[in-house]
This record gives sequence, C-alpha cells and structure tokens, in this order.
Amino acid sequence: MDGDLALLLNGIVSGLLLGGLYAAAAAGLAVSFGMLDIVNIAHPALMVAGGFLVVLVGTALGIDPLLAAVLLAVPFYVLGVAIYTFYHHFFERRGDEALQGLAFFFGVMFIIEVGLVMAFGPEQRFLDPPYAFVTWRIGEIDIPLRMLAPALLAMAAIGALWVFLRRSFTGLAISAVAQDAEALRLMAVDPVRIKRLAFGLSVALAAIAGGALVVVQPVEPSSGQVFIGRVFAVCIMGGMGSLPGCILAAFLFGVVENVTASFYGPSWSPAVAFGWLLLVLAVRPQGLFGKLA
Amino acid sequence: MSDASLPLAPAPAMAAGGRRHLPFWLGAVGVAVLVFVALRAIGNDYGYFAGYFILQYVVLATAWNILGGYAGYVNFGAAGFMAAGAYTAIALRKATGLDLLPGIAAAAVVGALLGLGTGYLTLRLRGVYFSIATLCLAVVLQTLVVNWDYVGGSRGAYIVRPREVAPFTSYGEYLFLVMLLLAVLAVGIARTVEVTRLGRGLQAIRDNERAAEAVGVPTLRLKLVATALCGALMAVAGAPLPYYSGYLNPEGAFSLAYAVNAIAMPLIGGAGTWAGPVIGAVLLGSLQQAATVTISSALNLFIVGWMLVIFVAVAPRGILGWFRRRR
Repeated sequence: MDGDLALLLNGIVSGLLLGGLYAAAAAGLAVSFGMLDIVNIAHPALMVAGGFLVVLVGTALGIDPLLAAVLLAVPFYVLGVAIYTFYHHFFERRGDEALQGLAFFFGVMFIIEVGLVMAFGPEQRFLDPPYAFVTWRIGEIDIPLRMLAPALLAMAAIGALWVFLRRSFTGLAISAVAQDAEALRLMAVDPVRIKRLAFGLSVALAAIAGGALVVVQPVEPSSGQVFIGRVFAVCIMGGMGSLPGCILAAFLFGVVENVTASFYGPSWSPAVAFGWLLLVLAVRPQGLFGKLA
Repeated sequence: MSDASLPLAPAPAMAAGGRRHLPFWLGAVGVAVLVFVALRAIGNDYGYFAGYFILQYVVLATAWNILGGYAGYVNFGAAGFMAAGAYTAIALRKATGLDLLPGIAAAAVVGALLGLGTGYLTLRLRGVYFSIATLCLAVVLQTLVVNWDYVGGSRGAYIVRPREVAPFTSYGEYLFLVMLLLAVLAVGIARTVEVTRLGRGLQAIRDNERAAEAVGVPTLRLKLVATALCGALMAVAGAPLPYYSGYLNPEGAFSLAYAVNAIAMPLIGGAGTWAGPVIGAVLLGSLQQAATVTISSALNLFIVGWMLVIFVAVAPRGILGWFRRRR
C-alpha cells in the first residue's frame, strides 16, 4: 500500500477511536449544557479530576482503570448533585446564571485545576493496564487496545444513558425538562429534582471519561484546558442535547484532528479544535444535525 | 448609517454627568501623583515592583468590566489577550528595535483586532458562545506562540531592558509610571463609557438584549465596540510585561492567574461600575502580592478561586453592592 494512504487510513481509524474518548467527554456536556442549559465549563476539569482519582484508586486497589472509573461514577454522581444544588440555590433561582453562574463554574474549574496541582504536583500521572501495550493489526491498519477499550466503554456508557433517557419515566422527564420545565411541573414532576438527577449523571459521565482519558494518555492538571474547546465544539456540532449527534460529531472531530496531527504534527491539534469551534459557531450554530433553536 | 458616531457622543440627558468629567480627571491624576510621590519618598525598588503588579490588574480588571460588567458578556480569555499584547511587544522589538511605548500602541491595535474578530464571529449568538470562544482563544494563542520560534517558542524570550531611562532613578520607576498612566487612562475610558450613550446601550443589552434591540439600540455594533475596547486594554496591560520581568515564556504569559483575576477582581469589587474593578484589583492584588512573599503561588491562586466562588454566590453585586443596599 502507498505510504501516504496507509498513514491516512491509520489516521482515520485512530481518529475514530479517539472520537470515542471525545464522545465520552462531550456526552456529559450534552446532558448539562444541551439539555439542562447549564453552561458547565468545569466539565473538562471534572473529567481530569476523575482521571487523577482513577489513577489513585486503581493503584491503591490494583484494579483496571476502566473498572475504577465505573466505580468512581457513583461518588461523582453525588458530587454532581451537590454542585447542582449549590448552583440552583445561588444562581438559577435568582436568575443570575448568565454572569455570576458562569463565573461560578469558572471558579470551580479553576479550584479543581489548582487543587490538583497542589495535591499531585504539576507532573503527569499514568496508570497503564496490561492491554495498553497490545496492538491488533488488520492489514496495514493498527488498532491499539489502549484506544479501543476506552472507546468501547464510552459507547457502552452513552448507550446505557440513551436507553435510560428513552425508556424510563425519569429519563423522559429529563428530556422534557429541557423543553418545558413548567409543563413538567403541571404533571406533578419537580423540575429541580429532575435537573439535579440529570446533572449528577452528567458529572458521573465525567468520571467515566476521566478513566478513558487515563488509559489513552497520561493526565496532568492542565489537561482540561485543551479539552474545553474540543468538548464544546463536539457538543455544539452534535446539536447540543442529542446523544447520537454528539457521538457522530465526536467521531468526525477525532478523525479531523488526528489526520491533521499525523500530517502537520501533534502540537497543532488544539488549534484545530478552536478552528472547528469558531467555524461551527459562525456558520452553523445549530449544529450539524440540529434544527434551528 | 447616519448614526454611526452616535454611541460615543454624550447624550443630552447626560450633560450633568458630562460636567463632572473634569473633577474626575483631576481627582484621578491627583491620586496618581500622590501614589507616585509616596513611592518615590520610600525610594525602594520593591515598591515599584509591587505597585506595577497591582496596577496591571487595575487595567486588566477595568478592561474586563467594560464588556463583562456593563454588557454582561463574560470574557474568559484575559490571559490570551494579555499574552497577545506581551508578544506583540516582543515581536515588534525584535523586528524593528522599537521599545516599550510603541510596543504598547501596537499591542492595543492587535488586542482590538483580536477582540473584534472573536466578537464578530460569536457575538450574534447567545452570550455563552462568546464566553466559550474566548476560553478556547487563550489555548489556541498559546499553541501559536509555542510553535512560533521567532518569539522564542516554548523556550521563551529575553528582553534586555535598559538600566535606566533619562529622568528616572531606575527602569522599575519608569515602568511603574507608565503603568500608572495606563491605569488612569483605562479607568477614565471605562468611566467615559459608563456615562455616555455607549454605556447606556451596553447596560440595556445586559438587562434585556431583545428589548434593547427592539427599541433601536444597535446591539451588535455596541457589543463589537466594547469587545474591541476590552481586547485593546487587556493587550495594553500585557505589553510592558516582558520589560517588567526581563524574560517571558508562554507558560508565564498565559498564566491562569491573569484569567482568574480578570474575572474575580471586578466581580468582587462590584461589576458594572468603574470603581468596582479598581477596588477589587487593589484589594486582591495587594493581598496576592503580600501572600506570594509568605505562601506558595499555587495556594495563592487557590484562595482567589475560592473567593470568586464565594463572592459570586453570597455577594453577587460585589463589595460596592453592600454599600448600595445600605443606602
């Protein structure tokens, strides 16, 4: 096979696998930002915090990082509920979301990042499961398990969330609260309770994304910064509240970023994210698959 | 359009406010002279060093307030704009040999264009999209600078600063005076914005953008003017930075400290008034300057982060808000 073509094919395949990680990171945001209209810019920071805790728990218990991430999703759910309760009490209730609420999440993001530096130091942390060094080869194409396993976990988590949103009463209520909180109240469902639950789920997804992140690459406290552009670009491109849209956008994004990285060098990939984001905002703010809001 | 120049002209109703311009400028210059004389009497170079540190935050916080406080559009990219100013100064010096003052002017132009560009692409949407874009802008600018070898790339750039400038006892004193003038200018600009039609329009946008648009406020144009002004002042705050520290690397220029302080200071002082950011900057700036001597800089920023969260939750109108309510 031609060298450039093989490079391109490999770039596409590992881009798709990378897209799995981005889908995990963006799915939580699709719930909080897309459905609940809570601009949680601390989401990537929460994901990185999840990554650090996965390293900590995985090393202490000697378990697989992905399993540790699933276990951590439970305390992260509680954390999410706590954050939403605070946010609702001080900002949403008063109608201060736009300025003060945004500043609040910025402060949370900042506290997490600086807190991680203080607790763990600025250097990179990693926890490699044994399969991280195995690579399957199909013809000229490499499929590293380091990328495949997190992508599969991400798909499983998003799939479970999607079934929950579509099949259960509470899940339908979450979709409904995005459209009309008042109508939900008329049906004797407390929208605040539903939002609390949904925000908890979105933060739990951040823990799972953190575990996936640790398997793919080492984490450092500032890892969240480059992810802000990525996850928001993916979330907006996917049409905000749509999980299938989010996954498709993540795959597309992973491929574009990875192909750019393999042809022009990886140091340019954050610029790709921002370019995409600006392009999406300027040209198609309703997302690739969304309808005009 | 015929009303293109209207937003900057004082409205007739504000004639009373307009007459109070002279006392303000006299007062501001008076305070600046007092500060300078006091520091000169102390005659310690550390005084200038610490003073500069606080004053750069006065400029930065005031710049943030023009867009964030008056119009309610949150700019998270303060570190990016500031670094853009700093690297403009470095690049200009390297290319043409021009030093501090031309560097500041060039930084203002670059910052304004950067703000205008980001604003033009995102300001027609809801405010959060602008905020998200500015959040990423800092990351991308950092990527560009790290890959740009001409200004030192990730290794950073050295600026050999002159030992002294003619009438001043030290270069530190000169830098301090420049920053002092910039701070007076920035606060003056912010106050002028506040009492003129531009500020009224921005406040209308903050309170209800649709209603403002409906009664004929040219919202997009006002927002773009504010964004350009905000970007220019932030870049101006950063332009002397390489001269101040003598060495600048991307990590230092894009420090998180600028991003968080630019938001925390106006919100803690009281956003939406020209005095709020000054109060916040002097308070938080001197607190941090005192704390860097005693505790680590990470803990320092940690405290600022907590103060921001607690203040926006408990005192959403800032310190000035307390006094307003009591009256």
